[in-house]
Amino acid sequence: MLIFIGLGLWDIKDISLRGLEVAKRAEKVYVEFYTSLFFSSVDEISKILGKEVEVLKRSDLEENCRVILEEAKNKDVAILVPGDPMVATTHTALRVEAKKIGVESKIIHSSSIISAICGITGLQSYKFGKSATVSWTKSRAPVDVIFANRSINAHTLLLLDLHPAMKISDAIEKLQEVDENLSKMYAVGVARVGYDNLVLCNKMEELKKYDFGSPPHCLVVLSPKLHVVECEYLRIFANAPDEIERFV
Amino acid sequence: MATRFKKMVDKLKEFMYQPERIRNMGIVAHIDHGKTTLSDNLLAGAGIISEELAGQQLYLDYDEMEKARGITIYAANVSMIHEYKGQEYLINLIDTPGHVDFGGEVTRAMRAVDGVILVVDAVEGVMPQTETVLRQALKENVKPVLFINKIDRLINELELTPQQMQERLTKVIMDVNKLIKAMKPEKFNEWHVDVAKGSVAFGSALYKWAISVPSQKETGIGFKEIYEYLKQEKEKELAKKTPLHRVVLDMVVRHLPNPIQAQKERIKVIWRGDLESKIGKAMIACDPKGPIALMITKIVVDPLAGEVAVGRLYSGTLRPGQELYIVDRKAKNRVQTVGVFIGPHRLEVDEIPAGNVAAVVGLRDVISGSSCSDVEDFTPFESIRHYSEPVVTMAIETKNPKDLPKLVEVLKKLAKEDPTMQVVLNEETGEHLISGMGELHLEVKVERVKRDYKLEVITSPPIVVFRETVTKTSPVVEGKSPNKHNRFYIVVEPLPFEVIRLFKEGEIDLKKMDKSFVRRKLVEAGLTGDEAGGAVEYCEGNLFCDVTKGIQYLNEAMELILEGFREAVRTGPLAKEPCMGVKVKLVDCKLHEDGVHRGPAQVIPAVRSAIHAAILQANPTLLEPYQKIYLMVPQDYMGSATREIQGRRGQILEVNVEGDMVTIHAKAPVKETFGFAGAIRSATSGRAIWSTEFVGFEEVPQSLVEEFVMEVRKRKGLKLEIPRPEDLLI
Repeated sequence: MLIFIGLGLWDIKDISLRGLEVAKRAEKVYVEFYTSLFFSSVDEISKILGKEVEVLKRSDLEENCRVILEEAKNKDVAILVPGDPMVATTHTALRVEAKKIGVESKIIHSSSIISAICGITGLQSYKFGKSATVSWTKSRAPVDVIFANRSINAHTLLLLDLHPAMKISDAIEKLQEVDENLSKMYAVGVARVGYDNLVLCNKMEELKKYDFGSPPHCLVVLSPKLHVVECEYLRIFANAPDEIERFV
Repeated sequence: MATRFKKMVDKLKEFMYQPERIRNMGIVAHIDHGKTTLSDNLLAGAGIISEELAGQQLYLDYDEMEKARGITIYAANVSMIHEYKGQEYLINLIDTPGHVDFGGEVTRAMRAVDGVILVVDAVEGVMPQTETVLRQALKENVKPVLFINKIDRLINELELTPQQMQERLTKVIMDVNKLIKAMKPEKFNEWHVDVAKGSVAFGSALYKWAISVPSQKETGIGFKEIYEYLKQEKEKELAKKTPLHRVVLDMVVRHLPNPIQAQKERIKVIWRGDLESKIGKAMIACDPKGPIALMITKIVVDPLAGEVAVGRLYSGTLRPGQELYIVDRKAKNRVQTVGVFIGPHRLEVDEIPAGNVAAVVGLRDVISGSSCSDVEDFTPFESIRHYSEPVVTMAIETKNPKDLPKLVEVLKKLAKEDPTMQVVLNEETGEHLISGMGELHLEVKVERVKRDYKLEVITSPPIVVFRETVTKTSPVVEGKSPNKHNRFYIVVEPLPFEVIRLFKEGEIDLKKMDKSFVRRKLVEAGLTGDEAGGAVEYCEGNLFCDVTKGIQYLNEAMELILEGFREAVRTGPLAKEPCMGVKVKLVDCKLHEDGVHRGPAQVIPAVRSAIHAAILQANPTLLEPYQKIYLMVPQDYMGSATREIQGRRGQILEVNVEGDMVTIHAKAPVKETFGFAGAIRSATSGRAIWSTEFVGFEEVPQSLVEEFVMEVRKRKGLKLEIPRPEDLLI
């Protein structure tokens, strides 16, 4: 059996009690760190689980995934994944491959930025459109997504490149390279969710000047229309300026 | 000598500013037809080297190795003064190599000149390479005049009667005109060579005399008189009365265009930019006050100054201290000195105006073929087309491993001087491989490494470079990215030869030319409308067509897809040899929503392995390079000569008997022709005159394909089995 166990947002303390038990029982435990930043080392995780944990590279789970799938044929193999395991999408293919060769699998969920963003910004999950990643290579895609979402009054969650970790100021710079008009849009900058949870709402050109500290960062570009409670929440918890009242 | 040199220098400085009195010309010929002897004697006449020496000196062959081999390898540049009808002219002579292995340099030299003297040996007549070099000149819009050399041999050795001689010479002239007519029908009236008009001269470069119709009017010496002088062995007197340099350079001044006339016609052929722009107009007008437009045709290494870039200045004036953009290299360099070449001496001057050939120090980023300008967005000159492509490879290593870094540096330098040579590091074996256009081409490079850079090196025997190709259409192959979230559906099939020709000869260019024009040309060449409209990338004889419709984000992934295509065709699946004649079609594709999941690490391997798996299912085979062999031998040796050719998988195409000499046209795979020189010499007791020419790639006989594939795989340290498609796909 192949078991995907979510590690949650920040460090090993964010794993669920169920996840911890299953991991302790598994015959083999792997962890991957390439889909998210995570703040426990493999040694700390091994110590908590009381057993050896092996780190997987991207290639171990992609082009060479057969090795692990074969192993899972007659063993309980756990793969620890930061956040909620399937949110980064890439592991869905692995689960499909497993089923194709007759290996059963299950998922033990945990918290992810996708749900945590609602709590930290007060923006309602119903009102998010497509999300996108801002990467170091120049691309129109995130900008197109922002415009498409705004056209249906939806917020846009932008995840930032991890290789190397991108800051909010870098991301806004990248977006401006594609379309200067984005500077005047309002957005919420968020840093270190699950730890000290820094959150700030303003125009993108203002957010660009602010030092959010160390990564991980992410950014939500606001819909042109806000619900009254979204607005109140941003005013109180994200130091939003008076002007956002006009979007209600 | 010293004063003459100085006088020459002063005149030269003066004439540079009078383009109507400049001729930029080259001399082209089949090997051993006497091109270098002619060059030397022209220089002697113009007062650069003493007349006594010129017959033996081979001045232009200033590379020692060239002297040792008696052939010219590196195009040198020389300026000289000639007086015609009381007026003096500056003639910039660019020597070009005669051996076919150095075709790349010939093409590049053509860019710098406006006219050529085509030299043909009266005894041998028009040879295959005469045709090649003439074709190269005509293609670049360079006007020819004809010098028929070695007339003395017709009289002294072959003892031809005047009647026989006339027949022979008429045939040479007709052969040359036939080619001009075929290549330049629109210019035939103006450009065909004509004895009566004086665009043909006859003579002996070695004995320094020549005649033409105009010269006969002045000197009274015609063919009849030539017979008499030669019978009495009075060549020296003949050389005084009707000297080679005067007759030939008169012909040059009279018939070859000056830079102003030439640039009016040539810019549109060699430059794709806007002819109405400021720089376009300046080039057409050869304007020294215009922006700078310089095309580098050669890099020479000067022991003192280092790399010297030699090129044709089409507009503007070059001065030390100028900052020039090397547009094709996206670099900016400062000019340190400017000068001209007089033989091996480089003479520095204060400035060089448009229309001249300049030697520039300081342009450290240029390679042969670079375009330089003071205008940043200058459209580069069309990349110079090479009519030959690397077909032979050898491995090279240093005897002392400590010298390896130096070898790498030297090889890079050599490749920069001569873009037809390629240097590749084999990552698996750590060997450096050099590839070139023939056995001789590479041997010369290796000797330079040994002699000029004092490196002791060991080389492997030469090896031919095969091409991998397909002979039928593959099924649709699905290539998955490692994360499996991106799928590419690929079909490969044979690419019509005509399509390759269009790209190779620069008749179409996917990036620069109008889309509907390119589409029409491709359809005429045998592609379907969808393929022609979807053609997005041509890579070394292979084409990628995107025949999908309306796939979201495909444009964002396309550059990576094309990188996968280029990787796939540069090292094919059979034996990691380059592919040729493969048409790759993207018929469908599924992409991940988010950009981070379709980056280079995902897309490139997926496309590459899908193309390879498709090739393996499309009846793949090997192509090998073939040479045409042209051989002249006394009848007694015909049997041994044909046996030597047939023993090398050669085919005899044509045999002509003329007197007791036999000429044989044959072709044979390059792979089998290594060592042919020695073998034919001993088979014919050294009586054979022969030459070879690369004629392209042909399929390896089916019975030998597997053997050759394994031979290559073994050499490259690959597994001794052809991969199966399913091994490549995930």
